[in-house]
Amino acid sequence: MSLLEVRNISKLFGGLAASSNISFTIQKGEILGLIGPNGAGKTTLFNIVDGFYAPTKGQVLFKGQVISGLKPHQICKLGLARTFQVVKPLQRMSVLDNVIASAFLRAKNKAEAVNIAMETLRFTGLDADQDVISRGLPLGKRKKLEIARALATQPELLLLDESFAGLNHSELNESIEIIRNIKARGITIMIIEHHMKVIMSISDRIVVINYGQKIAEGTPQEIRNNPLVVEAYLGE
Amino acid sequence: MESFLQTLIAGVLLGGLYALIGIGMTLIMGVMKIINLAHGELMMVGMYIAFWMFAKYGIDPYLSVVIASPILFFLGIFIQKFLVNPVLKVDSILPENQVILTVGIGMVLANLATILFTSDYRSTPVSYATKAWYLSDYWNNAPIELSLSFPWTVSFVFAVVITGILWFFLSKTDTGKSIRATAQDLDAALLMGVNVKRMRVVTFGLGAGLVGAAGCLFIPIYYLYPSLGGKFTLIAFVITILGGLGSTIGAIFGGLILGIFESMTATYVGMGWAPVGRFLIFVVALIFLPGGMASLLKKKRMRK
Amino acid sequence: MKKYLPLIVLAVLAVLPLIGLSTYTMHMIILVIMWATVGMAWNLLAGYCGQVSFGHAAYFGVGAYTSGILYSHLNMSPWWGIPISIVVVTIFSFLLGLMVLRLRGPFFTLATLAMGEVMRVTAENLVWLTGGSTGILIRERTWIDKTHYYYIILAIAVVTFLVIKLLVRSKMGYYFMAIREDQDAAESLGINTTLYKTIALCISGALTGIAGAFYTNYMGYIDPEVVFALHDVSIVTIMIVMVGGVATLSGPFVGAAIMVLLAELVRSQLADLVRSMPSLGAAHQVFFGILLILIIIFLPNGIVGDFQKIKRMFRVGGACK
Repeated sequence: MSLLEVRNISKLFGGLAASSNISFTIQKGEILGLIGPNGAGKTTLFNIVDGFYAPTKGQVLFKGQVISGLKPHQICKLGLARTFQVVKPLQRMSVLDNVIASAFLRAKNKAEAVNIAMETLRFTGLDADQDVISRGLPLGKRKKLEIARALATQPELLLLDESFAGLNHSELNESIEIIRNIKARGITIMIIEHHMKVIMSISDRIVVINYGQKIAEGTPQEIRNNPLVVEAYLGE
Repeated sequence: MESFLQTLIAGVLLGGLYALIGIGMTLIMGVMKIINLAHGELMMVGMYIAFWMFAKYGIDPYLSVVIASPILFFLGIFIQKFLVNPVLKVDSILPENQVILTVGIGMVLANLATILFTSDYRSTPVSYATKAWYLSDYWNNAPIELSLSFPWTVSFVFAVVITGILWFFLSKTDTGKSIRATAQDLDAALLMGVNVKRMRVVTFGLGAGLVGAAGCLFIPIYYLYPSLGGKFTLIAFVITILGGLGSTIGAIFGGLILGIFESMTATYVGMGWAPVGRFLIFVVALIFLPGGMASLLKKKRMRK
Repeated sequence: MKKYLPLIVLAVLAVLPLIGLSTYTMHMIILVIMWATVGMAWNLLAGYCGQVSFGHAAYFGVGAYTSGILYSHLNMSPWWGIPISIVVVTIFSFLLGLMVLRLRGPFFTLATLAMGEVMRVTAENLVWLTGGSTGILIRERTWIDKTHYYYIILAIAVVTFLVIKLLVRSKMGYYFMAIREDQDAAESLGINTTLYKTIALCISGALTGIAGAFYTNYMGYIDPEVVFALHDVSIVTIMIVMVGGVATLSGPFVGAAIMVLLAELVRSQLADLVRSMPSLGAAHQVFFGILLILIIIFLPNGIVGDFQKIKRMFRVGGACK
């Protein structure tokens, strides 16, 4: 059984199709890349998977259970966490408090929540900034904070929405390292990314969407040689 | 049947005036994305201007529209530039600070009026205050008797005319089009080179000017006292929420619906309950019709 | 030192009646503590959870009328109103929350404002239950002496303070603040935002209701214009917290002290200047309006919240000399 199954998902916004009839699966332990030109409907798909939007048609199954129609917090509780493309730090709370707030989901008490949070901050390399009020963080660290916060809910599947956008070279390498480490912990990842080199190097499989439709699926090698994908990107 | 028709007429007349109040509010909310809780107090200021002009110089309240509106326009610009704008830039825990600010402005206006004019009820005893047209005067064998109050009708007609002028301004002039663009899509307006900052100031002035005019139209038919602002602020909100933020057409419909509804509640349930009905409409509209009437209209168009 | 400050303040407050203050001074202090309690309750919902209510008069009034109606209809001591109002107001808050908590930001604010007004008009019109605008008079006063009332409201305030202090440091406090900062982010972190907002509203409402029930007992008279007042309850509550400090524990005390004392000062100083009573009230409202505007522009997080800013201002001023 696959960890996540997206089954014939369509989403209409006032007559416009943001997604139409998309299906794919994610296997436990893999990294699935989701790519496509700007406005192709990638973030919409994320919002459907994690419950912010209800699909117009189709279903999303997580661990064999239908989750479309559930609220985001219920889906998170089941073990599916996400980051936002436009980062949403809890502005006036410290980095540590941000992560504690999410660690409470699985912690029995505050001490345990603090432990989980500290451990997660070390894991993502944010431990030096734990007392910084999060709105004062530079973008690179905010992106990391998004990941740390999602990780502290101890998910089985992590959705990363453009966690690399706007990072400089060294931050980029750090983040790639973090994602490899997350995978090593047995957490499955679905990632939206524009940075082709990065996505090709870390993904096990890639799904390509354009105009709300899936146009290709396969290993990075297959995607690179797919004429439809080349056309979608060159035609942009 | 007779009382129903009479109530309906009263409701429509009231609704036309409400619409004018609502339009000013909806413009401000649409363009600035802020809530102005001092809207009714601005109307109260307009009413006192009209009252003062009448008491001191014998100027007819309807003429005072051309005096009160410009004064309120500049008062609105002052409030926007020197009070609202600085607060929008200040960083604070509660984003609703701006709402609380307008409460402060309303408090100052209402209580300054109390100090200047005392809290006595005022009215302008115009000669035509009780004049009315009766159906039986024109149709001897009329099966039912209906009446049409002269000042109510004149106020209603003025409200319609002012709304018409505003519609012309918003749809035909460059400034008007810029205001509408800002209300509909801020980013697009910026890209098109609209001076959004200026539009915001102008809009606040315009909204204040409109409600000032509404004040002049209300005084021949209504009592005036310093604390009436709160009531009309709420009325303006109900209309704005009912009509949809920033939608002028919506505000007109909202005004009419509210006017008729209040008139009906007063006749068939009891005077004291009219405000309850108003609030209930408000809450129901907020919860079940988040986009207002405008969204219903849009949906219909889309289905076609 | 800072850690023990609340205890020191409490110790001082506990012995305060023993030094023989005048009835008038005691009355002022009782009002300060009562308003501080309402302020703390509002602060939990607005300051910590980010849901700015403009209708706290609804909870205050329902609490006050619970007490009043128990007395006028069931011949019970109005003191029963304090425990019973906890139940009544919690249920009321829950039902209200079902409606208004679907709304976000300014729309929530407006809906609460409307609900506060609905409650006032309803209380005015449900004459058989509330006595309408005539109000309810408690004919048998429990004590003439203020000391008893003082200790009762002090106990209520201390309990409120402790409840809020414990809450904001617990899981719930983190969840409230997460909701305040970003509701979507909070949802995605597994926080049931609807549930936690409802909890914040119910606790805040119940605490406000207790203060309302106390008010009935203390003042001995209530009517809809007084306990469901938009300006004199809902907005005064907001001002207390705005002046004192949003999302701070001690802010509501500072704010309530300043507001009550300023109101008295303005009242007593202006009494000679202004002849008629209505314009006297108006004068102090103008004063508060201006104060509110200045606070929002210059100290948006209140005296306690922006204390560092105030210190800096004075330091700069000192350096210039």
